[in-house]
This record gives sequence, C-alpha cells and structure tokens, in this order.
Amino acid sequence: MKLAVLVRFAGRKVRTFVANITGNAIALFTRFLTAARVNWVGIEPIQRQRVYFANHTSNADFVLVWTVLPAAIRARTRPVAASDYWLKSKLRAFAGRDVFRAVLIDRNPDTRPADPVELMARALDQGSSLILFPEGKRNMGPGKLLPFKTGLYHLARARPEVDLVPVWIENLNYVMPKGEIVPLPLICSVSFGSPMHRAKGEGKKAFLARAEAALLAMSQGEGADT
Amino acid sequence: MNDGTEFILLLNGVFLILVIAWAAATLLRARLSPDGSNPMVENLAARIGAWWAIAAMLALAMLAGRGGVVVLFAIISFAALREFLTLTAKSYADHWALMAAFFLILPLQYFLVYMDWYRIYSVFIPVYAFLYLPVLSVLRGGPDNFLKRVSESQWALMICVYAASHVPALLSLDLAGFEGKAILLIAFLVIIVQITDVLQYVWSQLWGRHPVAPSLSASKTWEGFAGAVASGGLLGAGMWWMTPFSPLATMVLGFVITATGLFGALVMSAIKRDKGVRDWGQLVAGQGGFIDRLDGVVFAAPVFFHLVRYFWATI
Repeated sequence: MKLAVLVRFAGRKVRTFVANITGNAIALFTRFLTAARVNWVGIEPIQRQRVYFANHTSNADFVLVWTVLPAAIRARTRPVAASDYWLKSKLRAFAGRDVFRAVLIDRNPDTRPADPVELMARALDQGSSLILFPEGKRNMGPGKLLPFKTGLYHLARARPEVDLVPVWIENLNYVMPKGEIVPLPLICSVSFGSPMHRAKGEGKKAFLARAEAALLAMSQGEGADT
Repeated sequence: MNDGTEFILLLNGVFLILVIAWAAATLLRARLSPDGSNPMVENLAARIGAWWAIAAMLALAMLAGRGGVVVLFAIISFAALREFLTLTAKSYADHWALMAAFFLILPLQYFLVYMDWYRIYSVFIPVYAFLYLPVLSVLRGGPDNFLKRVSESQWALMICVYAASHVPALLSLDLAGFEGKAILLIAFLVIIVQITDVLQYVWSQLWGRHPVAPSLSASKTWEGFAGAVASGGLLGAGMWWMTPFSPLATMVLGFVITATGLFGALVMSAIKRDKGVRDWGQLVAGQGGFIDRLDGVVFAAPVFFHLVRYFWATI
C-alpha cells in the first residue's frame, strides 16, 4: 500500500519534471522560430495577476504569449483553451494539461458540465494569470479582429479587480497558418497594452467595444511595423 | 586550417583596433551623450559592439576550419532570410515554397559550397530555385499578387542565401602560394566594407554637399562616397600583405568592394523604406538586425569572389 503511494508520488514528480523540460524546449524553439520581439507598452513584466487577452490567428498564439513572458511569470500563467482540441489525443492532453496547464473549456454549451467563466474565475482565485482569446476562434479573414464573445465581459464582472491587458500578436498567422504542420521561421512581435477594467455599471456592448478598441490600438503601436 | 603568422598578426591587429575604437566610443559617449541621446554616438557604439561580435564569431569559426565558417554563414543566412521574408509579400499559398526556401534550399546551397561544387552552387538558386519555387506557390493557391510574391521571395533568397554564401565560398578558391590562408580573404572583404561604411559617414559629415539619393537619405553624399571609395582603395593597398595579390591589385579590389558595398547598402535602404521599416530586425533593441550589419558585405561578396576567381584562381 505504502509502495503504491510512493510510486504514484514519484510518477507525478517525473511527469512534472518532463512537463517542465518540454515547456522550456517549446519556449526555446518558439524563440528560435519567431525571434519574438516584445513591446512592453502599457505594463511592465512584473509578477501581478492579469488576464492577457489577445488576437487569435494561429493555434500557436498562446504559445508565443506564454514564451515571451519571463519564466517566473510564465509559471503562474495559464492559457484558456478549447477542451475538444486539447483532449483529442494523449500527447495533446499532456501538452495542454501538464505543460501549459491550460484551463480547458468546453465550447459546446449543451454538453459542458461547468460554466467557462466559472472555471476561469476559479483559476484566478487560485492565483493564476490567464491568457485568453476573446474572439473565440481563429480569425482567418482579412479583418483585424472578429467580434468579441461575451466571456471577457462576464469575467470582468465576476472579478472586477483583476487587470485586463490587451496583447497584440503580429505575424504569427504566416508562421503557422491553419492546416499547416511545419512552422515557418518569421519574426513575430507581441505588444502588451495598458490594463483596463470594467467601469461601474458599464454594459456588455460598451465594455466589449472598449476592449476591442484597446486591442486594435496595440496593432498600430510599435509592434506593428513588421 | 593552417593559420599562419598572418592570421595571428591580423587577429592581434583587429583586437587592437577594436580596443581603440571601443575606448574612443566610450570617451565620446561620456562627453557628448551621457544619457544616450546623441544618435551619432549611439550608432557608432552599436556598430563597434557589432564589430566585436563579428570578429569574435569569425575568429571562432576560423578556428573550427572551413566547415565552421560555412556553418556560421549558413546560420547568418538563416537569420537574414527570416528578417527579409518577414517583410515580403506572401500569402498562405506560399507556405510550402517558403518552407522549401528555409529548410531545403538554404542548407543545400551551403552544403554545395562546403563540397566546393562551384558549377552547381553558382546556378542552384538563380536557376532551380527561381524556376521551381513559383511552381510550389501556384500549386497551392490563387494568382493574387502572384508576381509580387514570387519575385520578392526570389530576391530574399538571392540576397540572403546566394550572395551571402559567396563569403565562405572564398575559402575554396585555389590560389597559388596561398594554400590554407584563404580565410584572410574573408577578413580583407569584411574589414574594408565595415570601415569604409563608417568613413563614408565621416566624409559626408565633413564635405558632403550632394546627396546620392535625396529621397532616401540626406546623410549619404557623392562626396562621402568618393572619399570612402578612395579610402577603401588605400585601405586595400595597405592590406596587400594578407592577400596573394600585389598592392596595386588590392587597391583596385578595395575600390570595387567599397563601391559595391556602399551602393548595396543604399539598395537595401530603399527596400526598407518601401516596406516602411527603419531596421530589418532587432538583434539588440533599436540597433538593427543581421541584414543591417551585413548588407554591404553581402553585396560585395559575389563580385569580390568572381574577380579573384577570374583573375587569380587556378580553376
């Protein structure tokens, strides 16, 4: 009995260890491919609880944001991702659960056991920061942004004190377009804007419009020259 | 590689010059730009920092022999191609073509250079990449911006891979009485381009009146170019001892290398301006990328290579 506990404990340690190494390898590889440049426009890279909300053009989006965060901050930052994608295979599940420690969300409202906003709020209560894509799916069109889903608003209402930071990711769509397996080495940039909060009594529409505008503003900032 | 006395001498000389340059820049900075606000001083300091890096990398690669130099330039080509293709026109349909550029054509070109198969590496990109890459693009997507996309990709390959690969190719030239010392030719090329680039600036500041390309840059003038080319010739003549050529020949080579490097840098500026960027990349924040530091060398390398090959090498 004791032995079984010990084995399980050791197994968990090994799993964490492998996950850490994999995470660092992925970050290194991402840096090599994208030579990512970071513009800290509105915030400093300090340990503070935040919800980073970014534009979504590629499956690798959160990997890039996650990579450019300093290691100590990265360790406490969890991406919010779709469970139907990340639980598809054992490998993906290992990456999603152990390496990135993603907050997995069921995109289908009929089958999901828990409310996504509830899950995100719980992760915040545990002290984590979040990376989240309010467009809900990858933007394949010519426009810069798709209309935001309402999740960001509900989260801002549920946890009004947390900083919401707009993050503009530039050029990653060409690194790994939808359906491609091998990424191209092209230079990407990530720009972090000023934190925002929901104003008292601010409605859903007004808040989401403001959030979209804040994100779009980052696309025209320093990071937009590539 | 047989690193003879010239190589040691050169290494010491370069080290000495870099120390002096670094001391001068530090002094200038303390005097003129203590808060980092004087762009000229900052630019000079950045340049000298890059020289240290270039010298250190070249010295290390040279110790590793011809293979080391080939690998070094393959890596530089990779970084440069990444900078260039970041800015060019592309569509999702070009994914395979660009993948081939990075992962097939680039390594193959440097492999051919390493194997010294001149008759293949001299035509590989201008003929085969040129003809077949657009095929990959056309198989995968529509004709929107097609000519723009394929020609910009080809330009990227020609500059960042083809032209750049002529620097390590210098090592395979057969020059009578110069066996094992071809590494000095690379030093000759890089030193002349880097120094005359600065001299052009100095001459322009001192006597510059007529801009070479007024719409591009007010600081590059015909007077500066003339002064730099003249200085490049003198510099070349002064470095004849590290080549198998006569002082007169190295002077002419100095003229040609300087002129090609300066005009090449001007061409690269025009591309940057067209794409609306100040620098190709940010190797160190705000101080340009690989292409910014090596544009002149890349332009001058094939010309220098062919002049030496045509007039002196045993083929």
